[in-house]
Amino acid sequence: MHKEADIRLPLILGDKSYKDITEDIVKPIEGKAPKTWYLLFMISVVIALWGVGCIVYLLGTGVGVWGLNKTVGWAWDITNFVWWVGIGHAGTLISAVLLLFRQKWRFAINRAAEAMTIFAVMMAGLFPLIHMGRLWLGYWVFPLPNQFGSLWVNFNSPLLWDVFAISTYFSVSLVFWYIGLIPDFATIRDRVTKPLAKRVYKVLSFGWTGDAKAWNRFEIVSLVLAGLATPLVFSVHSIVSFDFATSVIPGWHTTIFPPYFVSGAVFSGFAMVQTLMLILRKAYKLEAYLHVKHVEYMNIVIIVTGSIVGVAYITELFVSWYSGVEYESYAFLNRATGPYWWSYWAMMTCNVISPQLFWFKKLRTSLMFSFFMSIVINIGMWFERFVIIVTSLHRDYVPSSWSYFHPTWVDIGVFMGTLGIFFVFYLLFSRYFPVMPIAELKTILKSSGKNYKEGYGHGKGYWDKHAEH
Amino acid sequence: MADKVIYAMYDDDDTLMNGAKHLVKEGVKVSDVYSPMPLHGIDPIIGVEPTRLGIAAFLYGLTGTMLAIIGIRYMMIIDWPMNIGGKPNFSLHENMLSFVPIFFEFTVLCAAHGMAITYLLRNKTLPGMPARNPDPRTTDDKFIIEIKSSENAHIEDKKLSDLIKSTGFIEIEEKKY
Repeated sequence: MHKEADIRLPLILGDKSYKDITEDIVKPIEGKAPKTWYLLFMISVVIALWGVGCIVYLLGTGVGVWGLNKTVGWAWDITNFVWWVGIGHAGTLISAVLLLFRQKWRFAINRAAEAMTIFAVMMAGLFPLIHMGRLWLGYWVFPLPNQFGSLWVNFNSPLLWDVFAISTYFSVSLVFWYIGLIPDFATIRDRVTKPLAKRVYKVLSFGWTGDAKAWNRFEIVSLVLAGLATPLVFSVHSIVSFDFATSVIPGWHTTIFPPYFVSGAVFSGFAMVQTLMLILRKAYKLEAYLHVKHVEYMNIVIIVTGSIVGVAYITELFVSWYSGVEYESYAFLNRATGPYWWSYWAMMTCNVISPQLFWFKKLRTSLMFSFFMSIVINIGMWFERFVIIVTSLHRDYVPSSWSYFHPTWVDIGVFMGTLGIFFVFYLLFSRYFPVMPIAELKTILKSSGKNYKEGYGHGKGYWDKHAEH
Repeated sequence: MADKVIYAMYDDDDTLMNGAKHLVKEGVKVSDVYSPMPLHGIDPIIGVEPTRLGIAAFLYGLTGTMLAIIGIRYMMIIDWPMNIGGKPNFSLHENMLSFVPIFFEFTVLCAAHGMAITYLLRNKTLPGMPARNPDPRTTDDKFIIEIKSSENAHIEDKKLSDLIKSTGFIEIEEKKY
């Protein structure tokens, strides 16, 4: 058993046993769904259907139904794409990077955050596909032998790197998530009594037995997958930033983009985890497993990544002046004072100023404030991508072609629709899948559980002295 | 000879761990342990060898890198060199930099999936496989030690059952195969 200092706050509160952990996490799956779940699910389904309708309309009519024009050729579509990919960065970061750093508090959030990652990356992938206009030719992005002569995709292009990065990221995250889920599905399989549920979980659990060798392999697979996923997480958003950074548009052509995008992605990903988990813990009565300390840890990650983002914004401004390139300088001056000043300042307020409030312990340990901030950050990070994309494009080198972007109802509908689809998936996940890793929470019970830390009334440190090995 | 398998169930991982240690010290061969979570430190006690999946992952990754290099070299250098502003397009190493991201991604793709598939096959965990844990409670809060009589032929039955009795189990079951 790994010993933990007494001054560390326990990660699992209350008087929990192994049995309680199983009970607490499986109960919401076995019982009937509450009315609010059905209500939220219906709302999400309606929004999702509206979004699907918008996508079908877009595909049937053409990309012209979006508000794009000759100057602003990329707008909400790519903004949404980058926003969703960014959100999809927290899950694997939590389970991979925090695993390598042996951060045990990750167990409260990793399962749900990985699910969020997978659904968010699915939503992200949708945008480049529908942006092609001809969805059914989407497979052209892969280097497949074809009948068009020796026509291959261009491996020099960051857009192709993106194809590889995002499909690798999606599939590896999915595998990572599922491998963690198998033992927990086995727990549910061995508990449920309804015949249909038993059969379904039997298939899902792949016949997991939990023998010593299987757990031995499980731990190594998790570790190696974490080792592989860690550089993968950093590569994905770096490559997304290359889509912009390798172009010659003033405002995009900057070497600071990769680290700036990666920290922005982690920043927004953690914010989304907070938004979802703060509701989930209440709805599923999992307050003992995800409490103020976990939220505080997440808020610390938010301060760090938010500050990196802030420094990046300011560096960018400084370099645009210091470079002496007038187009570069103008691009940034125009962002802050041009027709899109409101989006620039929304971004600055939400992403640079507001996370600094978390330096106050009172604020970063307040659940209500954290929830509010998580929404603010999500909005801010959407504006960041909007600012980068639209304000850099809308005034190009020829003033006669300067323009302004107005989203149409299809732009808005598709974005709202992806939110709807995301929540449909997420609600289904939280209804049928274990939202916290049951097996892994059991491994930290004796080192980080409140009852064990306090020695069951024997006083602190009792088990350190009296543990039998 | 019919094999007899003894399953001793415990309600605490530390009790099981100490029990297993005790049994092994007395020369009993513990053939397996079933638990609801990974038990750190049980492997050396009951003699489970470290897995070689890490090495497998490395080899899968290496395969991925090689495939990516061969594939990209064929498509971009041999089959159809693209003329992009007259930049060199006739040798792999001069074009290598912009191929590195995909080399990396493909390496990770092959390593991760290769290892995951090997893991599932080695564990005999595939969709629809029957569960082979001796008791459904081992995925909840109970821990089981499995002892096969065929592997412990050198110990008398009486002595073996006394030894097991001294480990503090809560339930015991014998199955004949």
